[in-house]
Amino acid sequence: MALSVKSVLRSGRNVVSVLRRRSFHRSAPAAVQVTVRDALNQALDEELERDERVFLLGEEVAQYDGAYKVSRGLWKKYGDKRIIDTPISEMGFTGIAVGAAMAGLRPICEFMTFNFSMQAIDQVINSAAKTYYMSAGLQAVPIVFRGPNGSSAGVAAQHSQCFAAWYAHCPGLKVVSPWNSEDAKGLLKAAIRDDNPVVFLENELMYGVPFDMSDEAQSKDFTVPIGKAKVERSGSHVTVVSHSRYVGHCLDAAAVLAKEGIECEVINLRTIRPMDVESIEASVIKTNHLVTVEGGWPQFGVGAEICARIMEGPAFNYLDAPATRVTGVDIPMPYAKILEDNSVPQIKDIIFSIKKTLNV
Amino acid sequence: MQNMLTLLSNALRRITGRTAGAQTVSELLIDLSEYVSLTSPAAPDLARMRRLPRKPPPLVGATSGVAPLASTSSDTPVSSGDAGLQAARVSVARSFADFTPQVTLDVKKCDLHRLEEGPPVKAELTREQGMRYYRTMQTVRRMELKADQLYKQKIIRGFCHLYDGQEACAAGIEAAIQPSDHLITAYRAHAYTYTRGVAVREILCELTGRRGGVSKGKGGSMHMYAPHFYGGNGIVGAQVPLGAGIALACQYRGNRQLCVTLYGDGAANQGQLFEAFNMAALWKLPCIFICENNQYGMGTSAERASACTDYYKRGDYVPGIRVDGMDVLCVREAVKFAADLCRAGKGPIVIELKTYRYHGHSMSDPGVSYRTRQEIQEVRSKNDPIASLKEQMLNNNMASVEEFKEMDVAIRKEVEEAAQFATADPEPPLGDLCNHIFKNEPSLEIRGTNPWSKLISVG
Repeated sequence: MALSVKSVLRSGRNVVSVLRRRSFHRSAPAAVQVTVRDALNQALDEELERDERVFLLGEEVAQYDGAYKVSRGLWKKYGDKRIIDTPISEMGFTGIAVGAAMAGLRPICEFMTFNFSMQAIDQVINSAAKTYYMSAGLQAVPIVFRGPNGSSAGVAAQHSQCFAAWYAHCPGLKVVSPWNSEDAKGLLKAAIRDDNPVVFLENELMYGVPFDMSDEAQSKDFTVPIGKAKVERSGSHVTVVSHSRYVGHCLDAAAVLAKEGIECEVINLRTIRPMDVESIEASVIKTNHLVTVEGGWPQFGVGAEICARIMEGPAFNYLDAPATRVTGVDIPMPYAKILEDNSVPQIKDIIFSIKKTLNV
Repeated sequence: MQNMLTLLSNALRRITGRTAGAQTVSELLIDLSEYVSLTSPAAPDLARMRRLPRKPPPLVGATSGVAPLASTSSDTPVSSGDAGLQAARVSVARSFADFTPQVTLDVKKCDLHRLEEGPPVKAELTREQGMRYYRTMQTVRRMELKADQLYKQKIIRGFCHLYDGQEACAAGIEAAIQPSDHLITAYRAHAYTYTRGVAVREILCELTGRRGGVSKGKGGSMHMYAPHFYGGNGIVGAQVPLGAGIALACQYRGNRQLCVTLYGDGAANQGQLFEAFNMAALWKLPCIFICENNQYGMGTSAERASACTDYYKRGDYVPGIRVDGMDVLCVREAVKFAADLCRAGKGPIVIELKTYRYHGHSMSDPGVSYRTRQEIQEVRSKNDPIASLKEQMLNNNMASVEEFKEMDVAIRKEVEEAAQFATADPEPPLGDLCNHIFKNEPSLEIRGTNPWSKLISVG
């Protein structure tokens, strides 16, 4: 039997009927490997096709195929009307995108990196995020702001900042931070279909990384709910919460620690705002220890918020030790490789922090 | 006109067998009123009014029994045919039929930038239009003055930027566009909220922060919205790229609608405007950018803020028109001209409306530290948009002083009632505090001021 029981179970077919059937020898479809870039591209393509109000604008998104090739092929397929190259005018084109959303279209506004969104941040916060509230529900703004966020490789201080904490501070915005290909595709589709302003934080270093994509994730209607975290790895000794690229680091650290008998429960936040605190609490109640891991700076960051929320909720009483934050170093990003490598959490930092938290 | 009158009155004479025809338009209409029903409310009264005596015409083939026209006893009809003239029991008094129904007026020629032709120098004004523009401007005026009063009584708080003096801009723009067109402006927005369809009482109620306000008390002075009206924007200049985006949506949908995007002389120096002009020109967006130059950006005069005060030229490669913003017809013609351009796909365009605000920048600015009282007085006495329109209409016999008085009284009453409602309406319920964060979202929990305060938000 070339069919493994595992793959049959995964595909949901009745085991008995399969075993009985005398049919063609068929192997289970190998899970498809898709890079985060391609997953994003698929999401954009599918949503552009599904709803003609959706369009993409930003610098180099059309004829250049996207600065990071995320929008490759889309201009050829959809043309000038749906895929719009803009001049280098962040404040201007972000305002234009928000205005188009107010008038009933569903724009996707790309920032080449989120560092440039600072030039346009007034439009994101004051024009997009607050308007539904200020108008008491009369004026919605169905828009997605997307682009790479956080550190890259060798791009230095002005191009390496993480904006998760900045945007997640503001009511009226949803802030989403995918890690793998399924996250990227499902969350982007959900964000585009959402009637509210969504800040979609991608990561440049993740674009080229391939992940398995299940059959379900390959369907055109696959979405991942915004506001729900995912337990990537079950464990009983410590809860490790992270988002974006560092989820991978946490899983690597967990694999190393497992050899020493320490079982980490790794939670992929997926959404920063609204944060799924319940999943974290449930996990901490089980493991009694909490470590947060992020690439951004420590002060007023994602980890700081998680710690504060845990303190205020039922999980506090289950902590056997204070929660620990693993973060980027509190400095602007340096250029030299050795300095840059030591400015962000490494796997050894995560392992060290987990052990310290567990007091082992 | 006289030929036409003679033609018609002769025809009527022949049809009716009368010996004398009407000498004036009024008389013609009165004659006609016996045969066709009139729609004016004054119509039933016509029959009871007395016609002023006039010189009897030479009797042309009349038979005997024609009594002098002046006789007339009121209600007894005089018998027969040719003498039917004296059956007229109407007098030419100040009835509606007296007024000029339509007039062509001269409007100031506009300065042009990168345009071969500009808006016409003559504007048609019908009586109905004139009354409508007057009503709009006067309502805005009274509403703003009422807001001033309520603010001084501390019933309105926070920001309150008043529009009195600039009424011709709002009224003229609305007269030139369709309700299906779009409009966005900055924080001096009460007038546009009104012209775009929100009732005075909902505006005042929003200013007093009550539940009957157009934004349910959540927005305040600068954040009022209506279909195809996008506020009300507090950040100076931010509304300009928004407006270009709304125009993009019109172009995207191919519905021949356009967006009027307003900003002030202060905002004209914001960088994001030039970014918006660039993209609007590149993509030929159907956007009319309008600079309401009231000559002061808060306390800074235009000359002290701008190296170039020709705001209609600041779009550079975008064509521009400078317009007398105190003349509602001049504004209307210019915006109509611009609208036609946009609908033909030749947008965008910049219009500068030279106007003036009587109040200071906001209610916390007396408005006299950076300009003189004489200047304000002079504009008020020589250039007031409402007085100018009224004067033009009176000079052209388009309406009576009494009619204007009646309208003023009615408007004052409307505004007063709205103010009373706005003062008496209760504040929004506390349960509304966290609502309208997200649209189409199941209810979500919002953290209150302390960890035990868990509030609920519904969209």
